[in-house]
Amino acid sequence: MLDVVVVEAGYGAMPVLRGVTLKVGIGEIVAVLGANGAGKTTLNRTISGLVRASAGRILFAGDDITRAAPDQIVAAGIAHVPEGRRIFPNLTVRENLDLGSYRRGRARRAANLERALTVFPRLAERLGQSAGTLSGGEQQMLAIARGLMSEPILLILDEPSLGLSPRLVEEMFELIARIREAGVAVLLVEQNVVQSLEIADRAYVLERGAVSLEGKAATLAADPKLKKSYLGM
Amino acid sequence: MSLLLPSIINGLTTGAIYALVALGLTLIYGVLHIINFAHGSLLMLALYAAFFAKTLLGLDPYAALPVLLLGFFALGYALQRWVIDWASHGRDQNILLVTLGLALVIDNLALFFWTSTTRTIDVPYAFEVVDLGVALVPLPRAIAFVGALVLAALLWALVGWTDLGKAIRAVAREKEGARLVGIRVEHIYAMSFGIGTACVAAAACLLLPTFYVTPQVGYAFVLVAFTTVVLGGMGSFLGALVGGLLLGVVEALCGLFLGESLGQIGIFALFILVLLLRPTGLFGARLA
Ligand SMILES: Nc1ncnc2c1ncn2[C@@H]1O[C@H](COP(=O)(O)OP(=O)(O)OP(=O)(O)O)[C@@H](O)[C@H]1O
Ligand SMILES: [Mg+2]
Repeated sequence: MLDVVVVEAGYGAMPVLRGVTLKVGIGEIVAVLGANGAGKTTLNRTISGLVRASAGRILFAGDDITRAAPDQIVAAGIAHVPEGRRIFPNLTVRENLDLGSYRRGRARRAANLERALTVFPRLAERLGQSAGTLSGGEQQMLAIARGLMSEPILLILDEPSLGLSPRLVEEMFELIARIREAGVAVLLVEQNVVQSLEIADRAYVLERGAVSLEGKAATLAADPKLKKSYLGM
Repeated sequence: MSLLLPSIINGLTTGAIYALVALGLTLIYGVLHIINFAHGSLLMLALYAAFFAKTLLGLDPYAALPVLLLGFFALGYALQRWVIDWASHGRDQNILLVTLGLALVIDNLALFFWTSTTRTIDVPYAFEVVDLGVALVPLPRAIAFVGALVLAALLWALVGWTDLGKAIRAVAREKEGARLVGIRVEHIYAMSFGIGTACVAAAACLLLPTFYVTPQVGYAFVLVAFTTVVLGGMGSFLGALVGGLLLGVVEALCGLFLGESLGQIGIFALFILVLLLRPTGLFGARLA
């Protein structure tokens, strides 16, 4: 469904992705692992159109989205929950969620809001609160809920467990499993290698802008090369 | 003392226009984070548009208001999208210079085509008054006051409750997050600039029946609008509204006590005082 084909991208003249190829199938959870600076976030930003691919192709549901603008990519059904959350701190929780369906899913906003709030009951109590005053964990939930408001076919999560307490991390992974059960494919970038491989179907290891290891999550979890590759040694 | 109340009311009617001009400026500031130096020139242009609508087409300024509102919205949208954004390559200091350049071009074209002659229009209701019991208010001033407040309320509802308004506030603070929910940031910039420009068009139509137009007329207003925006807190909606009304009253009272020509001294004295005592403005809450 998502096909990233030998994509190169970078910032200015500096290359970051050097020919990344990766696939996400319908309803799959695919983990992307890699050391700091490997290019995971850049990969996400390239898929969602924030960074232009300088070479290669990105296909989604049969369409070429390599040159598409971020709003067209949202409209096509990809929701990107970015590193650092990027919620709207000056808007209320409710308004943040409303804007989640700004481009897609607007017609079913009320129903989707209902659903998002059953998944995240903590947010239901705080609809009128300004989002900037939420705790870090609540902000992360809001960011994911905002992504779900666009009825995505593919949800990109960039380090959703970052800064969460161990119990919330546990909750977060359960939640990702639930999202998939609802039929949404998930591209999961994580530092939590063990837990990510537990819920993922397949995984890729990114090393200095290229895929160094890929395969079934269960196989990778047992691979001694993973540790080596992941730590970049 | 019998002059005091009429003077305050008079000040409020002027202040409502100041508020409308300042609302446009503060909206543009809040979203694009730039001071729009062309704001006064666009007001001047709108006054000429209303003037010619009356003299050439026989259209009353109040009847011309909806048309000019839409026309200047479109002009502002186009200016931001295809002139300012294009010429500034998205860099803030460049945007500042581009708006300044625009102001110079518009002002001098106006001077060239329309000369510096002061022009006014004649309307049949110019000397009608509304009797408030405590004071007589000229009808056009009463209309300007009510009209400006109604438009401010509409703008407030737009920014507060519609998806467009939410997107405007989202872009003001978190551009990347906005892009990720599918908001086209360039479009929202242009919408904000367009709405801000529509504000001056409305102000021009409400103003013209009791005012005049020359190519320099924008300066006086934009200076007060800058003051209003700083006074109310940069980017603050309520601040622009209250600040505008307050400045109108201060000006009227200074005019009353110090003489007509010294009315604006009070505005700038207040401005300096606020900068010294409360540089963030009277209102903490901002659009952004
Ligand atoms: N906006 C930017 N401008 C210039 N260089 C950037 C920019 N963003 C990222 N980089 C560089 O690109 C490289 C890859 O960064 P990226 O954020 O994609 O890594 P990552 O795998 O997500 O790392 P982390 O695990 O720390 O989040 C890094 O060397 C980084 O310094
Ligand atoms: Mg990252």
